Amino acid sequence: MQMAHDNAAAGHGDQHGPPKGLVRWLTTTNHKDIGTMYLVFSLAMFLIGGIFALLIRAELFEPGLQFVDPGFYNQLLTMHALIMVFGAVMPATVGLANWMVPLQIGAADMALPRMNLFSFWLLFFAFMLLLATLFVPGGAPAAGWTLYPPLVLQTGDAFPMAIFAIHLMGASSIMGAINVIVTIVNMRAPGMTLLRMPLFSWSWLITAYLLIAVMPVFAGSVTMLLTDYYFQTSFFNAAGGGDPVLYQHVFWFFGHPEVYIMILPAFGIVSEVVATFSRKPIFGYETMVYAIASIAFLSFIVWAHHMFTVGMPLAGQLFFTLATMLIAVPTGVKIFNWTATMWRGSISFEPPMLFALAFLFLFTIGGFSGLMLAIVPADFQYHDSYFVVAHFHYVLVPGSVFAIMAAVYYWLPKWTGHMYDMALAKWHFWLTAIFVNVLFFPQHFLGLAGMQRRVPDYATQFTDWNMVSTVGGIGFGLAQLLFVWLIVKCARGGARATAGVWDWPHGLEWTVPSPAPYHTFEKSPELH
Amino acid sequence: MKAPGGKSNRGLVARLLLMTAGSFAFGFALVPLYDVFCEVTGIGTRGQLSRASAPVDSAPDANRTVVVEFTASVPDGGRWEFAPVVASMEVQPGRLYEARYSARNLADRETTGQAVPSVTPLRASQYFRKTECFCFTPQQFARGEEREMLVRFIVDRELPPGIDRLTLSYAFYDVAKVVDGNG
Repeated sequence: MQMAHDNAAAGHGDQHGPPKGLVRWLTTTNHKDIGTMYLVFSLAMFLIGGIFALLIRAELFEPGLQFVDPGFYNQLLTMHALIMVFGAVMPATVGLANWMVPLQIGAADMALPRMNLFSFWLLFFAFMLLLATLFVPGGAPAAGWTLYPPLVLQTGDAFPMAIFAIHLMGASSIMGAINVIVTIVNMRAPGMTLLRMPLFSWSWLITAYLLIAVMPVFAGSVTMLLTDYYFQTSFFNAAGGGDPVLYQHVFWFFGHPEVYIMILPAFGIVSEVVATFSRKPIFGYETMVYAIASIAFLSFIVWAHHMFTVGMPLAGQLFFTLATMLIAVPTGVKIFNWTATMWRGSISFEPPMLFALAFLFLFTIGGFSGLMLAIVPADFQYHDSYFVVAHFHYVLVPGSVFAIMAAVYYWLPKWTGHMYDMALAKWHFWLTAIFVNVLFFPQHFLGLAGMQRRVPDYATQFTDWNMVSTVGGIGFGLAQLLFVWLIVKCARGGARATAGVWDWPHGLEWTVPSPAPYHTFEKSPELH
Repeated sequence: MKAPGGKSNRGLVARLLLMTAGSFAFGFALVPLYDVFCEVTGIGTRGQLSRASAPVDSAPDANRTVVVEFTASVPDGGRWEFAPVVASMEVQPGRLYEARYSARNLADRETTGQAVPSVTPLRASQYFRKTECFCFTPQQFARGEEREMLVRFIVDRELPPGIDRLTLSYAFYDVAKVVDGNG
């Protein structure tokens, strides 16, 4: 795929700059500014959610109750999850989409810039509302991020606030998704056919459809909770003929595609990074697209593997086990293609590549523990144990979060126009990659030995591995301060980045200067 | 709103919003679908357990006995005393039996209770038929009232071999709120 850009710097001499100061950030409809705001917001939420996680790990350092009471512990773990899922990982990928999708497809901006601005501020206020629940009588929601009834119906004054916050963030995600789809469908540069589109944009196109398909279902399920709470409907209330298990079905019908909403953009990022630093086009480009699409499709028919223990007939257990295992096939195709891309490539180990490689190894570990959990008789043992906690943290942290970090290290010079401190980035990588394993690997052992999740206290035989895990958590948390420092440093200055930044830049985003001018591709680039 | 390519953004946005509305509606459609799915496949038997079955006119199976255990629970800290009168019975499949549960209203007001049945093991529940049960309708209790309530049941002769013990469980909910609808 050969691409050329006719007006790299020349055509932008007459561009007007953004307004100065705070007004710029409040009123901007520029996709780059909004992308930056999403990314900064996500980083802030990552740190807040991380502080909650460290409080959880501090409490679990030793058996017994040391720092927090059990009620507040439950609030911490619920808020940690809601913030990390909806406040950190999803907005980070939305921010990356805002920045990079128009640049990758040769569009001047997102298709619906004002809706873009609206969806960012909805998200912002959703999280202010959610965080405010910590200060109301009864405290924050404490039923876990899955919000299962009847437990969640015991939430205090925070209940309607949390539901409304979820409605707002859902609306925000749906608008973001509509924006991405319209941008990709209508605004691609001439010659940028769908099957020439970079894989990050592809992964986001499919993610956007997933969002539209399932976020409204989540909105519906929390609306049912709301009417059960205030209007005596009985969707989930057994006394009135409802069934709490129904909630689990509706929730996980959303919840399973939701986990792919968090991982598919990561797949796109890793595809871009692995190709660039292997100096080879991605192996099996089309199979990558089909693999993402198959994973997205399968995500709709596996939800009940989250709830095997509610009691379901053998046929159901078999179906959900086999459908779940089937996902390993397209995922295996992706892992194979990434590996094949590196095969005989001339690989170099810049920070984005380091994170992408760690992603390959560690995400695969999370994938394998997922296969173990898919097996019904084994799942009955692992259900609600720390093994599950280890599994989903492996796919989310060294999975999604590492890919997001790879993306930041990959595109940061394009955003800021400066190269970052490579030595610092490598310190950040090694500390993060080592401590993430110290943090989460022992949780496999704890879970297999029988430690339950979501409990602030535990039997004394679990102490040693919990101590190791907490030490890993503190190390992981501190290492992220390096990341923040590095980003601030890079935003302020550093060696000038070239348009291509890397040795083997590939794609339209590398044809515009660094930093990317405020307006790019006002005249569509020509593709050959 | 026109994109540079001359394609209409408005039409696409409208279609995507329609998809969004469709997904929202689908979330609610899952509620009746769930019940229909359970009925059709005969897996959850929630509906069947709360309805009267026609009495089966078949000879009891004198060569087989099955133990039926009775349990009771009062969820949500309800102000009830609620318990089976006998803890278990030995029954012959195909024969009609009677069991009683006793309940006393401990709240200092009149109230309404609704029993929700379940039978374990799950695969036995479709062979457990009730011709009459206090769980079919809400039960009104005056302040301090205590009374026994009746369930008539038949264990189907088709009960798979290997099941020799069933548990019938009732959760007794306070439904004054739901029934009156006045919160």
